[in-house]
Amino acid sequence: MNLLARIRRIPFWSWIWFILGALYFLLPLLATFNFSLRMERDVIGFKAYIRAFEDPEFLKTFLYSNVLALMTIIASIILIVPTAYWIRLRLPEARRIVEFITLLPFVVPAIILVFGLIRIYSSPVKIPFSDITLLKPLTTFEVGTDILIVAGYMVLGLPYMYRSVDTGMRTVDVRTLTEAAQSLGANWFTIITRVILPNIRAALLSGALLTFAIVVGEVTLASFLGVPAFGPYLFLLGQHRAYEPAALSFASFLMTWVAMGLIQLFTGGQGQAAGAH
Amino acid sequence: MAQTALNPKSSSPGSDWKKWLGVTPFFLFAILFLVLPSLRLVMGSFTNDEGRFTFANVLQLFQQQSILDAYWLSIRISAATAIGGGIFGFLLAYSVTVGGLPKPLRSALITFSGVASNFAGVPLAFAFIATLGRTGFVTALIKNLFGVNLYTQTEFDLYSFWGLSLTYMYFQFPLMVLIMAPALDGLKREWREAAENLGASTAQYWFRVAFPVLLPSILGSMILLFGNAFGAYATAYALTGGRLGIITIQIGAQIRGDVLHNPGLGYAMAMGMVVIMAISLMGYSWLQKRSERWLR
Repeated sequence: MNLLARIRRIPFWSWIWFILGALYFLLPLLATFNFSLRMERDVIGFKAYIRAFEDPEFLKTFLYSNVLALMTIIASIILIVPTAYWIRLRLPEARRIVEFITLLPFVVPAIILVFGLIRIYSSPVKIPFSDITLLKPLTTFEVGTDILIVAGYMVLGLPYMYRSVDTGMRTVDVRTLTEAAQSLGANWFTIITRVILPNIRAALLSGALLTFAIVVGEVTLASFLGVPAFGPYLFLLGQHRAYEPAALSFASFLMTWVAMGLIQLFTGGQGQAAGAH
Repeated sequence: MAQTALNPKSSSPGSDWKKWLGVTPFFLFAILFLVLPSLRLVMGSFTNDEGRFTFANVLQLFQQQSILDAYWLSIRISAATAIGGGIFGFLLAYSVTVGGLPKPLRSALITFSGVASNFAGVPLAFAFIATLGRTGFVTALIKNLFGVNLYTQTEFDLYSFWGLSLTYMYFQFPLMVLIMAPALDGLKREWREAAENLGASTAQYWFRVAFPVLLPSILGSMILLFGNAFGAYATAYALTGGRLGIITIQIGAQIRGDVLHNPGLGYAMAMGMVVIMAISLMGYSWLQKRSERWLR
């Protein structure tokens, strides 16, 4: 009787849904991992991983993507932190329009964004209504393309970065901190770098890791702008290899895992989602 | 936008415009890398080969069957994965919040959902090829267990509508879990107690109280999932190599080289996507406001 009552209390359907979900999550990973281990006939081993990591092209593209991610994160922080700070402190009337702009990337997917960017910046930048050229087309030289892609990644990460920073500033009393710093004679630069930034570091880190997760494997912008990044490299590798791409796919899953795990650690379980789908 | 940035309300005192200087870098960035590129596409859609204003491109969108087919395929895949992912994600979120599963499973599921909703693009496509491709792990498993070859004995094909939808589901339902779990937490215990005191059964509580409260946020989240799938490009391209003609892949082909032989039509195609995305985001924010009446 007791046993029967206990069995009855087990949430049967909940378990079914959970197990189904777990299978959906885990089977593709298991399959990829399993496949990546079978590069050599009849031997289970990490040969595909060794091969993949040995490729100098892998190292180059992966490093390049990491540099792009770092640049995007730094530029986003420089752009967004003072903006969010200023809105909170002095310009609440700009909140609506700025929040609206930070939502626009949801309306303009990566493929549309890169379409527009290419059409605008593949012609020289001129002073309006004149023939004076300020800058040659950004897409024609390396630094120009790098600037363009970092700007594009900043746009893709904008909703997440802005929201992280804004939430971070909500939890600390920006106004009091500013007044305290000002009364001690700090200037604006000191206030932002020495007072505000350290106080929102958890939020910054979470925004940065999300941006990192978006940028490192990103394919759409990278392939249309023709930069030697990790995403297009992995795609091309998949065209003529079988085992190495599986190994790298599994590795990038682990990398996403680490990034998300760190976010969980720093924000106390507030899951967020982004991604270049 | 530039104008609101430079001249705020004309009635405000003269020193007021200086405050707006603090946000000019942000507006400048948004104009250069978000507004201008979008505007370029909008203007291009209304321009003909000679650079004159025309409605022809937009009209042709509705006449060219291949373009309509591409939109329709994208809409079907996005709707299927939004509804499927929405329902399954809801059930999963239910099972770990009010469904009575042990607490540790909840944090495990939330973490996993955070990872999976960000795991997309090329690696995801490769993972599904290893799972459900011709020589995939699950394909082999099904053959060994049930003696059914998915590829020769059934209609299944990973590089088709259902295959792509199954792949999208991998980032769709985790997103639903992430949005719905807090909403389900917002259901107040008192509502259930009140319903039970008035003699309602569990089914009555769910259909007369919980669902009506949750409905705006369920529908809103599904719209978000729809947009999430509708804008996806990398996953589909890596999986099907451009063979499945969804709208993002068609636009990609148009960027690579003018496959439509009419640049204006290409811009119009892109603008059509933005319009659909904008409508879904508006629907989302409207439903979001409604759901905040009860859940907060």
